[in-house]
Amino acid sequence: MKRVRVLVTLLAVCATVAAFIARTVRGEGGEPRYFAITNARIVPVSGAVIESGTVVVAKGLIQAVGTSATAPAEAWVIDGKGLTVYPGLIDAGTDIGMPKEETAEESAPAAGRGRGRRRPAPSGPLAMGSEDRPGTTPWRVAADELKTDDKRIETWRNAGFTTALTVPEGGIFSGQASLIDLASERPGQMVVNPLAAVVLSFKSGGFFGFPSSLMGTIAYMRQVVDDTTWYEQASAVYEANPNKYERPAYDRTERVVGGAIRRKEIVLVPANNSIQILRAIRLAGEWNIPAVLYGGQEGYAVADVLAGKKVPVLVNLKWPERPKDPDPEAEQTLRELQFRDRAPGTPAALAKAGAKFGFYSGALAGPKEISKAVKKALDAGLAPDAALRAFTLDAASILGVSDRMGSIEPGKIANLVVTDGDIFSEKTKVKHVFVDGRWFEVHEAPPGEKAADKKPATDDKSSSFEEGAGVNR
Amino acid sequence: MRRPLLLAGILIGTLVPNRALAQAPGTILIQNATILTITHGNIEHGSILIRDGKIAAVGTDLKAPDGATVIDAGGQFVMPGIIDCHSHIAVDGSVNEGAPAVSSMARIPDVLNPDDVDIYRDLAGGVTVANILHGSANPIGGQTVVIKLRWGKSASELPFEGSMPGIKFALGENPKRSNFAPPPGVPQRYPATRMGVEEVIRQAFTEAREYKKQWGDYTQRKAAGEQNLMPPRRNEALEPLVEVMEGKRYVHSHCYRADEILMLLRVAKEFGFKVRTFQHVLEGYKVADEIAASGAGGSTFSDWWAYKMEAFDAIPYNAALMTDRGVVVSINSDDAEEATHLNQEAAKSMKFGGLSATDALKLVTLNPAIQLGIDNRVGSIDVGKDADLVIYNHDPLSVYAVPQKTLIDGQVYFDRARDIAHRADVEKEKQALIDKEKKAAEAEKKSEEKSPDKSEAKPEKKPAKKKPTTSGVAGDAR
Repeated sequence: MKRVRVLVTLLAVCATVAAFIARTVRGEGGEPRYFAITNARIVPVSGAVIESGTVVVAKGLIQAVGTSATAPAEAWVIDGKGLTVYPGLIDAGTDIGMPKEETAEESAPAAGRGRGRRRPAPSGPLAMGSEDRPGTTPWRVAADELKTDDKRIETWRNAGFTTALTVPEGGIFSGQASLIDLASERPGQMVVNPLAAVVLSFKSGGFFGFPSSLMGTIAYMRQVVDDTTWYEQASAVYEANPNKYERPAYDRTERVVGGAIRRKEIVLVPANNSIQILRAIRLAGEWNIPAVLYGGQEGYAVADVLAGKKVPVLVNLKWPERPKDPDPEAEQTLRELQFRDRAPGTPAALAKAGAKFGFYSGALAGPKEISKAVKKALDAGLAPDAALRAFTLDAASILGVSDRMGSIEPGKIANLVVTDGDIFSEKTKVKHVFVDGRWFEVHEAPPGEKAADKKPATDDKSSSFEEGAGVNR
Repeated sequence: MRRPLLLAGILIGTLVPNRALAQAPGTILIQNATILTITHGNIEHGSILIRDGKIAAVGTDLKAPDGATVIDAGGQFVMPGIIDCHSHIAVDGSVNEGAPAVSSMARIPDVLNPDDVDIYRDLAGGVTVANILHGSANPIGGQTVVIKLRWGKSASELPFEGSMPGIKFALGENPKRSNFAPPPGVPQRYPATRMGVEEVIRQAFTEAREYKKQWGDYTQRKAAGEQNLMPPRRNEALEPLVEVMEGKRYVHSHCYRADEILMLLRVAKEFGFKVRTFQHVLEGYKVADEIAASGAGGSTFSDWWAYKMEAFDAIPYNAALMTDRGVVVSINSDDAEEATHLNQEAAKSMKFGGLSATDALKLVTLNPAIQLGIDNRVGSIDVGKDADLVIYNHDPLSVYAVPQKTLIDGQVYFDRARDIAHRADVEKEKQALIDKEKKAAEAEKKSEEKSPDKSEAKPEKKPAKKKPTTSGVAGDAR
């Protein structure tokens, strides 16, 4: 069974981007809004597979699914014979659409010697304590910075991804991640949820600015939680008694984080190895925040804890690799070797333990790498069903949007991927993709045509959303 | 002598990163040993009965109960596990939160790293308990924690249950930054003098006193039913200082010179707190009476000095002289390697200062236990105490002594014979993984060569995939 090669083919094929034409199909009088895919195999994820049925799409939503669903008169009909319809895939962590230049105003950057290549040198005074709010820009919202000219929008979509969590980078509280659908001419139309997640990162700077250590960063986060709690209480007291007290000072961080906590917005917490994972679970409990871990690659060692504590994980698909050009003198420890060997077994272990997880591409360059990484997880024992759930309904559920996407059910957003076979088979190709009910045909490049854009779009802006990466002990 | 131990650490350390080496606590009888009890002399041909992690009996005529594991320690020496009163092992990230002059918000317990191989190496040197301290970059540093070296357990299982939390202070050259300059463009941090160090501490405690009062008022008025109260803001840096003033947190202060030691005692008196230990305290012999009168302990080095100006006036007699004047003294490592032979460091105070063998051993067992407030649990071989023990092949005060087994809570966490036996297995597993990785890389390269880019869609081009992929059920393949 080579279905393992999953997305592979599709993706790989699609990776040779420019050659593939994927434009919306436009009729006269505007873009069509009604479609019916007939006689197709339908994998709704939320229920049993329908061997031959119809999916009806109307005005951006799925209108009907099943053997008895019929194509309405106004619909464009796609003969789905020999094709399979899946819910669109969700990449639960990318920087797709984020501007290449650092635009964030960084208030008092933490010491400046951060790992992020694009971090500007410290311009203002160094932070010397929590009051200076180092690396703290929670008001940045990915949706507000979204650029539609990122080539990866098309690359990812051609591979069957219809949705991505796009994450702002830089600092300790870098901002809020937004959930976007991967198709539009206008950024605003792409956004499914602008305030999808608060993003934390345990970054610390050099010795001369605060925080300069992991424990300092954690202490800082704790103080921000305290401050935010206080601000909420103090504001309420002040509003009720404006003539009794001095007004509490306005603090943008406290106000924004307070709002996120009130909305019960999920908080992305980086944690890749088992120590980081257990630490993150403990801190999330102490701070009473709805944490979703990202990284998670040593989850195989603590899968039971994750399941027991019901802490979801977004697993980084950029599996640890042997360093490209390692120091020949450096001895590899058994621990590193074991980690590299076992990390792709994490999804299988999480599935077995009953922990909820999704996947994210993070620093992977393109769909081809994603499909290779998924194949490794499948080879390591992850059932294809579970892999599909992780890319669809479970990711949607973790991100709080399972009422509107992640499966093929009436009323859900019409995000669909139509393939000519099992989505996890290497031979399979993506034929059509629907994003918000818009139809994209995926064409294979004419034979012999050189892929114009082999270079992944991420090359010049390698993502730093891989803090979770590495065993980092 | 040290080398094989270190190697052992590397090997086993990597073998089982997340699994406890130790077995479930049971009943163990260590017999035929010379037992160095510390509190009531040495027992020749003695036995120690361990039950449920505690020392159940010590004597010469003990019989192994049914089902007990017997460790025959014929010709060997058993002493209490070594307690290192100044350690920086098992910490993720920097041990210094260096920017602010007061970094008491930083907590070592937040960043314990149970996979640090130094835990295992120190265990192989007979250490069972360590006081994990923040660094000395600030007059008032971060929060500290006492751990047991339970190698293989998770971070939350390392802290010594019920032990007092601590905080690191530092005086002199490090907090005033005498020995390094900030990079261009970065201003010198305050304080830059010993006067400034004192002022920073006094200022912080003045604020902490005010903070305590604010919260006290608020809590009181709230309890009295007053409505619409404006709550004070929590301050993560000041709360541990309030705990210090309330006697709920120990102060472990890095120091060198006699004058700064006296300074801190004055400041402590002014704010009504105690200094629990002076760390390093290389000039402690000059003010031993004052230290003893304050009730503080001294935790020093055996013979390590002159590495900076303030460490020039040190003498190897320091531990013995302070002991003579009634200070509870320990010898610490401040270093993962030094910690592997603290028994030898203790022995030096017999040569320099003429301590008895028992008093020398106390420097690394009972005395640090007293300093850390855990002497009711560890530090000597007495019935009822935790079975934290180390078995040496020779008298631990001899340079020939090498730990054979180290027990914590009655479980064997280090076993030299088992370690040596495992080394070949470790090498084998490593090699197997390296080979596997190499093979996978070659296979991938080959398949890429055979199917450049777009050809993946053509199945006939991929006969290279001999390995059947058992998707879905291969979970147990590894």
